[in-house]
Amino acid sequence: MTLLGSSPPRPDGAAKVGGTLRFGDDLPKEGLWYGATLRSPNPHARIRGLRWNPERAPKGAVCIIADDLPGPNGVQLLDDEWPVLAEGIVRHVGEPVAVVAAATMLAARQALGAIEVDYEPLEPTLDLSAAANQESLYTLELRSGQVEQELERAHLLVEGTYHTGYQEHIYIECQVMSAWWEADDKLVVEGSMQCPYFVHRSLIHVFGLPAERSVVKATPMGGGFGGKEDFPSVIALHAALLAKACDHPVRIAYDRHEDIIGTTKRHPSVVTHRAGVDAEGRLQAMEIEVVLDGGAYRTLSPVVLSRAVLHAAGPYRCPNVHIRGRVLRTHTPPNGAFRGFGAPQVQFAMERQMDRIGRCLGLDPLEIRLRNVLEEGDKLPTGQVMDESCSARLCLEKAARETDFQERWQHLEAKRRAPIDGESMQGVGLSLYFHGAGFTGNGERVLQSVVEAALLEDGRIEVRTAAVEMGQGCDTVLPMMAAEASGLRPEDVVLAPPDTSRVPDSGPSVASRTSMVVGSEVAHVVTEIRDRILDWWSNSQESGAAHTVEDGVVRRGNGESWPFRELARRYCETEDPLVVSRQHEPPEWQVFDEETYQGVAYPTYAFGADVVEVVVDPDTLEVRPRKVTAVCEVGRVLHERLCVGQVEGGTLQALGWGLMEEVKLEAGHYLNDRLATYIIPTIKDSPEMEVHLLERPWKGGAFGAKGVGELPMDGGAPAAVSAVENATGIEIDTIPATPERLLALTSAHRQVPSGPQDPKRGRRPGG
Amino acid sequence: MEDNHRKKQQQKGPESGVTRRHFLTGAGIGAAGLVAGAPVATGAAPTESAAIIEVGEMVPLTLRINGHPRLLLVEPRWSLAYVLREKLVMTGTKLGCDRGECGACTVLVDGVPRYSCMTLALEAEETEITTLEGLLEGEDLGDVQQAFKEHDAFQCGYCTPGQVMSVEGLLRSNPDPSLDEIRLGVSGNLCRCGAYPNIFKATRRAAELKRGKGDRS
Repeated sequence: MTLLGSSPPRPDGAAKVGGTLRFGDDLPKEGLWYGATLRSPNPHARIRGLRWNPERAPKGAVCIIADDLPGPNGVQLLDDEWPVLAEGIVRHVGEPVAVVAAATMLAARQALGAIEVDYEPLEPTLDLSAAANQESLYTLELRSGQVEQELERAHLLVEGTYHTGYQEHIYIECQVMSAWWEADDKLVVEGSMQCPYFVHRSLIHVFGLPAERSVVKATPMGGGFGGKEDFPSVIALHAALLAKACDHPVRIAYDRHEDIIGTTKRHPSVVTHRAGVDAEGRLQAMEIEVVLDGGAYRTLSPVVLSRAVLHAAGPYRCPNVHIRGRVLRTHTPPNGAFRGFGAPQVQFAMERQMDRIGRCLGLDPLEIRLRNVLEEGDKLPTGQVMDESCSARLCLEKAARETDFQERWQHLEAKRRAPIDGESMQGVGLSLYFHGAGFTGNGERVLQSVVEAALLEDGRIEVRTAAVEMGQGCDTVLPMMAAEASGLRPEDVVLAPPDTSRVPDSGPSVASRTSMVVGSEVAHVVTEIRDRILDWWSNSQESGAAHTVEDGVVRRGNGESWPFRELARRYCETEDPLVVSRQHEPPEWQVFDEETYQGVAYPTYAFGADVVEVVVDPDTLEVRPRKVTAVCEVGRVLHERLCVGQVEGGTLQALGWGLMEEVKLEAGHYLNDRLATYIIPTIKDSPEMEVHLLERPWKGGAFGAKGVGELPMDGGAPAAVSAVENATGIEIDTIPATPERLLALTSAHRQVPSGPQDPKRGRRPGG
Repeated sequence: MEDNHRKKQQQKGPESGVTRRHFLTGAGIGAAGLVAGAPVATGAAPTESAAIIEVGEMVPLTLRINGHPRLLLVEPRWSLAYVLREKLVMTGTKLGCDRGECGACTVLVDGVPRYSCMTLALEAEETEITTLEGLLEGEDLGDVQQAFKEHDAFQCGYCTPGQVMSVEGLLRSNPDPSLDEIRLGVSGNLCRCGAYPNIFKATRRAAELKRGKGDRS
């Protein structure tokens, strides 16, 4: 078969360009009321009084506060520490204190004025330095080898502290959720979400409903990027509470301002490196401290930290590593899932550290990486031995070769040292990165994802998963995988809508896991249905079984051939309904010890290397990325165009995060809470992109695919910043590298060293 | 800050009036007045909050949308995007910011791309309004839509209606745009999925498709 790797059109393409695809706020609903949220104006305060004055509200409007909750006041994620509504105390600006509903949006907004809150301000903890002395939200430690001893013995000690900022998801479709109650106290929630069963779990937790009386339907998503992993549970609870109170369907549709101030973001980070290298620049020992700003509540921070710690040493070989991770609590909105999930932050730091080590030894970015690149047989700090699917060197060499990296970097270094007046500054930068595929550690084992397939009367096979289409293309790729495995055609497979009353819990659409985990199970269940029908058919014939299935047609040895769907239709006419389900089991050799952080944290890793070329305006220090060459090894390319699209889109988000996107906070308030002030890349900021996909099929399943959604988020920022350094000589350890920040670094004379450093003297800790 | 702002509102009491922000985004009030003829879906129920804020009176308005006249009763404060989505249930037009920042709501007004969230419905009187639905040729996709589909010039598809309308507007004024002209033409439309490389390709393809038709005619 040649189906996989080709680029058939998306089945939802015509609906998307024709405007007929209905997103969450496009769906009509009879008798719909509108919800609105009263938010805390204080970063930290005691609620001394909270009163709803119905006389001041539009007639019929309802209000819900924490006291009105029917069950625990907690959004059920890893735990239920995150309040549905603030209770007694507020811990960040924008925290929901009360929600209201009324017949119109305007009336709902007016109803907010009928709530009186008396706050007693408390001292807030607003940044990581203030939070450092307080109890952490979560801590982790990972250790291999003899770090202190080897740092002592090293030829050169290189230190650095690297900072990354927030990133706001800016899915163009804001959060939206509708809820209503049907007969027999059945709750239905419908909206934009990545994880229907996460929402489901929170609903039954708070309302105490039996699982079957809570139905969650995911609509097509206008972008997610992780932002619709954790937060939809909050807004779903709000809508469901209001719907119960007013006895109408209630929709909460955030506007952009509210979406920015009220929802989770990428964790800001501070990563401190101390590395000992030998005279050739080989890593001997690394001590790494990862600190994430978790915001006010724990949300998914422990697993973000886990992924961060597990990626902190990058795709490099180092026998002695000690990594400590902490998530600190601040009185700012909680941070949560965002494409990459902790890995972009730590790999930004690691890549900057590699450049710094290179400069200390007079080695260019390619050379220092080639000397340390992780290869088959090498061990990660967890003790995991890299198998043949380790392709860091492959990516690195390919990216360098395609771009003449070494030569151009050297040339631009020389040019910078002898600038020609009036000429723009040019630079080229490199990054090498990897991304663990699927859930971290024993996540998949705990999750016990189930996928189902059922034979329909028309002879097609309905595949039932909770995977949600958000542009990544699962609605395109899952039928292709089923077809590849079974010999049927993609159109013989129909996907059930992600509705918890119709599909089993195949896990969330996160962690680059949908193709790799859900897809391989889909291939299995569809093949099993095919086999059951072929067995039935063979048994009903006189002659034996031998047959082949190709392109939806079943052929027997005697030359007879039938469309599969015809056989399946006949099966339905005489036999009982056919439903097959299967639970995902991670490979048995994937064993991870959550206590010691030793073992196989991910069954496999995808790899990538980026080369970014930039032009920097010498007067304004504005950085323009001109071209990105991204080389990604993703195991197996399932759909070429979608795969390239993931790399292009993820890379652009990474460039935005590295160069321009900056959330500014003052006293716990977001200052740039709209798209005119929180700047994301437009088409004018989008550089030429050249994507090279490499394949080293992973033996564990899914036709060798490793997952691609998050990988490109890891490489763009460090490569871009490295290019800015090559162009300007400004030593950059903090992103976003905005013109203002570059100017400040210039004024502080933060220049890269002009040549190799004295051994043992090391480098001062940065920033 | 909105919350401070809201707090002040609370302190002053709701009778102090509508803020500009509430005015712009709170356009969910009132009934869609259907004067005659056009198939208009039922809007929200009449507000019960009239005692609190006097909303503007309804005025009759004829909008020409995709070649068809639509006779409506609207409040003067309603945006064109609001009327299209909430009153005419033409949800091909999307809202991503309601502030003229993202471009998802782009429609053509007399052939020129305009943010419909920043255009009052009243302003659009006596103009020719074209929405995404209006580019369809019967059951078939229009040239730009077809080119976007062929080149996968979208991922999630939420900004796509606005992108398509901007490209349509661009090609109507410039049938053979250069790369930089394409950049400029859709620079007011944000795509967070980052499908821009394919939007370039689709725009060039759409120009070809349109020129092909021109040659034949």
